[in-house]
Amino acid sequence: MRKLGMVGALAGGLFALGFAGRGEHAAQAGATITGTIKFTGTAPVMAKIDMSDEPVCKGKYTAPPTKEDVVVNPNGTLANVFVYVKSGLPATYKAAAAAAPVLLDQNACRYHPHVFGILVGQTMSIKNSDGIAHNIKAKGVKNRPFNISQPMAMTSPRTFTTPEVMVPLECNVHGWMKGWVGVLPHPFFAVSGADGSFKISGLPPGTYTIEAWHEKYGTQTATVTVAGTETKTAAFTFAAH
Amino acid sequence: MRWWLPVQASSFAPEIDGLFTAILIITGLAFFLVEGSMIWFLIKYRARPGRKATYTHGNVKVEYVWTAFPAVVVIALGLTSNHYWKQIKGRDSVPPNSYPIKVHAKQFEWLFTYPGPDGKLGTDDDITEVRNKLHVPVNRPIVLEEESEDVIHSVFVPAFRLKQDAVPGMHIRAWFIATRPGEYDLGCAELCGMGHYKMHAKVTVQSQAEFDAWLAKAAQGDIE
Amino acid sequence: MTSVAATHDVGHAAHAPTGIWRKYIFSTDHKIVGIQFLFLSLLFLLLGGLLAMQMRWQLGFPNTPMPGGGILPESMAPGGVILPEYYIQLVTMHGTFMVFFALMPLLVGVFANFLIPLKIGAHDMAFPRINMASFWVAFLAGLIMLASLFAPEGAARAGWTMYVPLSARPDLSGADLGQKLWCVSIVVVGLSSILGSLNYITTIINNRAPGMTWFRLPLSIWSLFIVAILGLLALPVLSGAAIMLLFDQTIGTHFFDPAVGGQALLWQHLFWFFGHPEVYILILPAMGMVSDIIANGSRKPIFGYHSMVFAIIAIAFLGWIVWGHHMFMSGMNPTLGSSFMISTMVIAVPSAIKTFNWMGTMWQGNLRFHVPMMCAIAFVAMFVIGGLSGLFMAATPVDMQIHDTYFIVAHIHYVLFGGSLFGLFGAITYWFPKMFGRMMNERWGKIHFWLTFVFYNLTFFPMHILGMAGHMRRIYDPTQYDFLKPYQPLNQFISVCAFLLFASQAIFALNFIISLFRGRKAELNPWQDNGLEWTLPSPAPHGNWERLPTVYRGPYEYSSPQVEEDYLPQSRKLPTDREPAVLAGAVP
Repeated sequence: MRKLGMVGALAGGLFALGFAGRGEHAAQAGATITGTIKFTGTAPVMAKIDMSDEPVCKGKYTAPPTKEDVVVNPNGTLANVFVYVKSGLPATYKAAAAAAPVLLDQNACRYHPHVFGILVGQTMSIKNSDGIAHNIKAKGVKNRPFNISQPMAMTSPRTFTTPEVMVPLECNVHGWMKGWVGVLPHPFFAVSGADGSFKISGLPPGTYTIEAWHEKYGTQTATVTVAGTETKTAAFTFAAH
Repeated sequence: MRWWLPVQASSFAPEIDGLFTAILIITGLAFFLVEGSMIWFLIKYRARPGRKATYTHGNVKVEYVWTAFPAVVVIALGLTSNHYWKQIKGRDSVPPNSYPIKVHAKQFEWLFTYPGPDGKLGTDDDITEVRNKLHVPVNRPIVLEEESEDVIHSVFVPAFRLKQDAVPGMHIRAWFIATRPGEYDLGCAELCGMGHYKMHAKVTVQSQAEFDAWLAKAAQGDIE
Repeated sequence: MTSVAATHDVGHAAHAPTGIWRKYIFSTDHKIVGIQFLFLSLLFLLLGGLLAMQMRWQLGFPNTPMPGGGILPESMAPGGVILPEYYIQLVTMHGTFMVFFALMPLLVGVFANFLIPLKIGAHDMAFPRINMASFWVAFLAGLIMLASLFAPEGAARAGWTMYVPLSARPDLSGADLGQKLWCVSIVVVGLSSILGSLNYITTIINNRAPGMTWFRLPLSIWSLFIVAILGLLALPVLSGAAIMLLFDQTIGTHFFDPAVGGQALLWQHLFWFFGHPEVYILILPAMGMVSDIIANGSRKPIFGYHSMVFAIIAIAFLGWIVWGHHMFMSGMNPTLGSSFMISTMVIAVPSAIKTFNWMGTMWQGNLRFHVPMMCAIAFVAMFVIGGLSGLFMAATPVDMQIHDTYFIVAHIHYVLFGGSLFGLFGAITYWFPKMFGRMMNERWGKIHFWLTFVFYNLTFFPMHILGMAGHMRRIYDPTQYDFLKPYQPLNQFISVCAFLLFASQAIFALNFIISLFRGRKAELNPWQDNGLEWTLPSPAPHGNWERLPTVYRGPYEYSSPQVEEDYLPQSRKLPTDREPAVLAGAVP
């Protein structure tokens, strides 16, 4: 009985290790910083988006779509917060070349994802899944701005050359379509999801300034020191105003 | 495919079409006269052995005639045109008590703001930023209060014969009376960038009751 | 005071340049400069046509891969499918190339340079080196404009009319360096025009041969003279506006962007103050040359020569006060709209006078239908359509419907293609022997003429229908609009005819090129024309005449009772002719 328990624990342990290895980035040894973005106060009501003139998109919704400037999760956390290492990496640190492109999909007249990160030089694959005309305007300041159209279902690749937090994206044909991309020289970033949590793994030991950015509520920073393979938390709370 | 001007859906469409037809008749006559004569000359006066051309430098009297005649025609055309121009676009042409609708033109959408129950624009009960949908009650003077966020656009409703550029930095009014219920197209008639071809709005002309019902729903954010 | 001609006197031929560089590349000979402009502008005519073919592909067959589209970069035409941002570059550069680098240099750069000294009886222009400079400056402008196509984000794309604020704001247009290069190129090409104008005006005033009084000048020279004055006064306005636009984009001035205190309509006023005289620059030389050709083809004097001269002057003068007719819908004060409408209506009158006089010339003539005559007659026929269509847009209420639609596109192309370009086909064929010493092939010329005439009308006449329906200009995909969907077959028809029209130009190109080397050798006066240039060998030698001719009569003495032949050259002395009073400074 005990043997079975030990095998089970071992199996469970190995299984857990496998999960830990997946995380946000390629399995690396290193420390992890996690946390939850809390939201206090009354969540603002997001206005409905009038997609009546774009039936291709409107038809993809069962309930009327709403603006997504502020997405407060049912558990009182804030989604779409971009969390990243602002400083603290050793001067010698050099990110591995990105393996795969990041997909930015225009679907149902919305950007998916709404907020995301990308490495300098990594390909952003802009996909038009709607098959109707969109344009993508990237209003970079440090990065050269671009404005391209996709009149039909197609994919266009773009890259960014300079770190910049954040580059606004917009479609001018559909004025509600807005997105944000954080361009970084390293892969240590995450975006809070439907449970308000974020996780940055594979960090070399050091003391890091972590910044949490939200499109409406601004930025907050925290300092976290990590070593080895430990996991530390950083807490952020944004208040309604 | 229609070979003529679009269906007439506004009060000044028949006037404009009338002027168009008058010009067509005048220019058509001129066309047939000139081209016809030329073809006749080409046949009648083609070179043949033994023929010589008539040696003449012209005829002053005929010059006076064919100067005066076109001059009279174009001046008459000008005066007639100006009469309608003043009525449609003149500084005091907007009918009093016109129902105002704000047109906010931007790359690449038309955002319409309707006055709320108080009938005035710029107040709290306005129904703001209805995208690409212009609803108007039939047989009632409407004035579009045009503005642009970025570059020059142009409001063009062919069925109304209505066109007016929306210029950033300017507030321009364009009025019309829709006379025929139905759905019409509104396009942008001034190159405004890569999405110029996508600036398409639908114009719905409906009875006052239907319009009120639509507006009430739109005020709730329920736009069809 | 001596005229400048005194410095280029007898024995000029003895100083003819030798060596390829001085003879053909950096030549001050007005004829070589004219021929250089000819090659440059024919190249741009071809490029402009290629751009139009791509536009017509997209309009006729929207969102489908274009044959040959694979050579275009992915950012402009992925998989050969034209993108909207590329489409509006095509629209913009087609207009820019055609107006500034094809038609203007063809009409003025070629023919003012080539014809003026020859037809007034001078050895060369008043300022031969400035003349050479005007070509090389135009060449530089052409290079800059071509370079703009290769800018990182591509070429300018706000239409050839370049309205602000779209053109002033790269963040709104998507064009950055390409837009700036457009401005620079326009300033440079404006300079070329101004340099040319200086020469044409001075030479015509000062260097006419003895007996060549003002009212013995051929109408081609009158129109080139008036056009030179128009150019001198109009191009600086465009250059100024282009510099202001460039400053807005580079050094932070705020002339045009309302977001920072500028005025959007200011650009339109400046541009069209230049733009309207510009379109008369684009038609008057063709009218002048067509007059010469029609008189020749009819074997009859021009009917109403003095009226024709006054009509040219009236068109040019009135052309300065009609510019607002491009701005009726712009938000300009409607009262100004009324005044511009009146002046626009009035300018129809001198054009009508010219048309009637051409007809009067053909009436009771003895018509020879050589290729230049066919082209000249087509010019009149097509110009009539283009001019009449102008009445619709001049009527301001009607303009509410047709402004910025294909009705305007039809009008432009009827006057510029049906008019100017047909006139140019005729003029190039007519003066080819004097330029190159050979004749273009007559049979292929007639085949080219008929194919072009038919496909041209099939391409552009239906655009009037599209415009009436409300088909807007510069629209990448008309099928986005329900009211335009029924017209898609017509768009397709127009595109196919446009492709056939373009293909037909291969005949002209081949005729031109092959005739350069294998054309029938030309005699002195193959058309039996009265002009001074036809007394010279074909091609005309450097310095033109050893001894300048004396002029005894006007240029259109065809079928004169004084002689057997049906033509009587200007410089032929009859026993009844007296020597003219010698002009001050005129040289034997």
